[in-house]
Amino acid sequence: MSGAEQGSWETVIGLEIHAQLATKSKIFSGSPTAYGAEPNTQADLVDLGYPGVLPVLNAEAVRMAVKFGLAIDAQVTRRSVFARKNYFYPDLPKGYQISQYELPIVAKGFLDVMQEDGTVRRVGITRAHLEEDAGKSVHEGHAGVSAIDLNRAGTPLIEIVSEPDMRSAKEAVAYMKKVHTLVRYLGICDGNMQEGSFRCDANVSVRRKGADKLGTRAELKNLNSFRFVEKAINHEVERQIEILENGGKVVQETRLYDSDKDETRSMRSKEEANDYRYFPDPDLLPVVLDEVFIEGLRARLPELPDQKAARFQQQHGLTAYDAQLLTASREMAAFYEDVVAAVPTDAKLAANWVMGDYSAFLNRDGLEVAQSRLTAAQLGGLLARIVDDTISGKMAKEVFEVMWADGSDADAVIEARGLKQITDSGAIEKVIDEVIAANPKQLADYRSGKDKLFGFFVGQTMKATGGKANPALLNDLLKKKLTP
Amino acid sequence: MTARTLAQLAAGLAARKYSSAELTQAALARVQGAQPRLNALISITAESAQAAAAVADERLAAGKAGPLTGIPMIHKDIFCTAGVLTTCGSRMLSNFVSPYDATVVARLKQAGMVMVGKANMDEFAMGSSNETSFYGPVKNPWDETRVPGGSSGGSAAAVAARLASLATATDTGGSIRQPAALCGVTGLKPTYGRVSRYGMIAFASSLDQAGVITVSAEDAALTLQAMAGFDPRDSTSVDAPVPDYRAALDAPLTGMKIGILKEFFGEGLASEVERPVREALATLVKLGAVVKEVSLPSLPLSVPTYYVVAPAECSSNLARFDGVRYGHRCAEPRDLRDLYTRSRAEGFGAEVKRRIMTGTYVLSAGYYDAYAIKAQKVRAVITDEFRRAFQDVDLLLAPTAPTVAFGLGDKTSDPITMYLNDIYTIGANLAGLPALSMPCGFAGGLPVGVQLIGPHFGEAKLLGAAHRYQQVTDWHLKTPAGFAEAFA
Repeated sequence: MSGAEQGSWETVIGLEIHAQLATKSKIFSGSPTAYGAEPNTQADLVDLGYPGVLPVLNAEAVRMAVKFGLAIDAQVTRRSVFARKNYFYPDLPKGYQISQYELPIVAKGFLDVMQEDGTVRRVGITRAHLEEDAGKSVHEGHAGVSAIDLNRAGTPLIEIVSEPDMRSAKEAVAYMKKVHTLVRYLGICDGNMQEGSFRCDANVSVRRKGADKLGTRAELKNLNSFRFVEKAINHEVERQIEILENGGKVVQETRLYDSDKDETRSMRSKEEANDYRYFPDPDLLPVVLDEVFIEGLRARLPELPDQKAARFQQQHGLTAYDAQLLTASREMAAFYEDVVAAVPTDAKLAANWVMGDYSAFLNRDGLEVAQSRLTAAQLGGLLARIVDDTISGKMAKEVFEVMWADGSDADAVIEARGLKQITDSGAIEKVIDEVIAANPKQLADYRSGKDKLFGFFVGQTMKATGGKANPALLNDLLKKKLTP
Repeated sequence: MTARTLAQLAAGLAARKYSSAELTQAALARVQGAQPRLNALISITAESAQAAAAVADERLAAGKAGPLTGIPMIHKDIFCTAGVLTTCGSRMLSNFVSPYDATVVARLKQAGMVMVGKANMDEFAMGSSNETSFYGPVKNPWDETRVPGGSSGGSAAAVAARLASLATATDTGGSIRQPAALCGVTGLKPTYGRVSRYGMIAFASSLDQAGVITVSAEDAALTLQAMAGFDPRDSTSVDAPVPDYRAALDAPLTGMKIGILKEFFGEGLASEVERPVREALATLVKLGAVVKEVSLPSLPLSVPTYYVVAPAECSSNLARFDGVRYGHRCAEPRDLRDLYTRSRAEGFGAEVKRRIMTGTYVLSAGYYDAYAIKAQKVRAVITDEFRRAFQDVDLLLAPTAPTVAFGLGDKTSDPITMYLNDIYTIGANLAGLPALSMPCGFAGGLPVGVQLIGPHFGEAKLLGAAHRYQQVTDWHLKTPAGFAEAFA
């Protein structure tokens, strides 16, 4: 796809994000929600849809949804209603999903999302509603039949529906990441995308630039990583533009993203779409929330990513972009602040190290901050040795590698490896004298104007000290000695 | 030995006139003897009954018995009973052994009651004649060529034939009161939310309510005492204190204002039914009640409203019966669609299918507003009319059913005629009100029932009025000729 072709089209994207709420038990039953148990061991009679059983709402799920609503400046609905979404599927035991339809618990909020170029786009959030997850159909490993695992059935979800406010796959990903950050800050979702705790469907359409009317959209399902969201949307945009450029029409349909083949394929068209026959669930009372309840939750909200980033800029003198990166997760932000505690006057140094080597090593080893091989105090200890000139920044990288590998403290590594800088000017002068004495020709050349040879003397002296001479001190002393 | 009411049996047990084991043995014999004639039960649970009776006798001996301990009883087969077949009158659940007890079942078990069997019923409680049961129709003990009413036909017939002094029942549009009237027994439908629905297989969740069919209002009070109360497993059960129903029975009727529902004494009501109903009213007046005519103009819309609301909910409630996890599954399904369609086509009877289709239709896109929404609005209006009526009166009085028991097969070909049987009972369900039917006479040898409707949570008033009436009349003590011999 050439830039020119895409240039005359505008992409319009809205996302429906499903975030699994981190409650201990299910939304309408007492079964545990832990992931990875033997099939059908975490489903009780309510989850299995046995005759006569009734749902009872988990109050914790309501609290979590309200927290989300407060965090996106949304209207928290004072009286929300659960509705039944009726359709037949083997992993849907009751033949209906309990969801919310006309009166969701959260309505009309927004998120300000920083883009890669540092600009901020406001994405509207139409609604967020509570619902139960379905079970899973397992097609592998059962010749000729499908197996059903209902462990996931009844797991609480919050479905977060955005306005069609995003204009590129990258924007969609940035928004999704922001939501991901937010739900983890709030402690309402573990954000684990491999386990399906955080996933999304994307509504994608294209239109001629400047057009008022939205194009016909396709809904992309099964997007369970940031990378897939970006790839799937880009593919879909390409597909739609190609159809339209060839005089065709995009049909409204649901398309499934196949990450193995990296393509989307049609799942069902609008005509085949279910009529879900939503109606209020008579087994559940409306959820009525009063001011005291809502304000009580508001008072207990943690510092949110935007607030934290603003504080980092103000308190630690960081750029907006750095502050945003460091606050992308609550753990990373806390780690950073603990490092700063060790080197309070050098918050920028701490930021560079946390975003630089530290993050790089985490990524290299596929680790989260919580699984880090080093504590913030250890990294802080290393940076303190840079600040007090014990080691150079270059040597610190070496020390860091050792620390990462064996978990030892900076001082121990510096000591064991004899990496402590020589800051005794007498000792350095002695070495300089020896180097000068050994290189009379170079000295003469330097003094006759070959300035470049200064570097030669630095190298020789550094080599002779095993690289341990304090570089600034060495420079100063060398300059004095070389000057006739 | 002519002890027949629960209260009398309890007294006999307390006085050691007989043991629960003897009583249970007698009840089982009676149940088994009557079964070929009435078909009132789907399961007879002799073994577990004997075991429960033995436990009850120990409690009685230890002085730890309550008023219900050791009394044989029958559960409508809509209540889930752990380890016992629970069919809901349907082929769909003809192989379903429940792994758990409904709250009602657990509470009565806790009280020491002895379940001797499970009552026949219209399939999934959809019917007014007990003719939709997969297990065949129940016969009316007063005339075995006639229906017992429905859907709790088995429960009503069993109590009428004194197979047990009480049977649990459920009422979605009249399913306790109408069969109670047709069988000459007392039937109480409590306020929506008074008794837990947990473990009661759902027909229409916003209308379903568990209750009881007994010989007397006093027995109903004793049973309701044990059944009622908040259940954390049912969000629609109401967390309100349960009054002492037995203690409230003797309150005098002096000055009690009884409203006559004008709309229910017009066309369609058989004169042979109207006569005893009016006589019952006269008796209540003699006892001190004051009569007032009341009009609820929207009440005639009850039936059409009900036949939108109930099928809508049922179409969704019955979706879980899909042949996947329990219940009937068709032989050798070719694929998923085949599994669903054949399992459901084979598992459900005609009336259930009719209501699922009606319900699916009224909830469909394009029809939802015209039917489902409109029905909800009418329901709200009816509820409000009742609310206003109860500002002026204590109770409302009406016939329970327009006619006495009709012949088996008489109305099966015309669903609408069948639906009109519930014309006087549906209003209380739509408004969630408690209501009671009690025997008030006979027409052509068949029992006639009178209905009392109370305000929300007005069970004590209802039971009190009925009890006072039953203190001065003996209609409730009449037994069908074929079943006149006492038991125990």
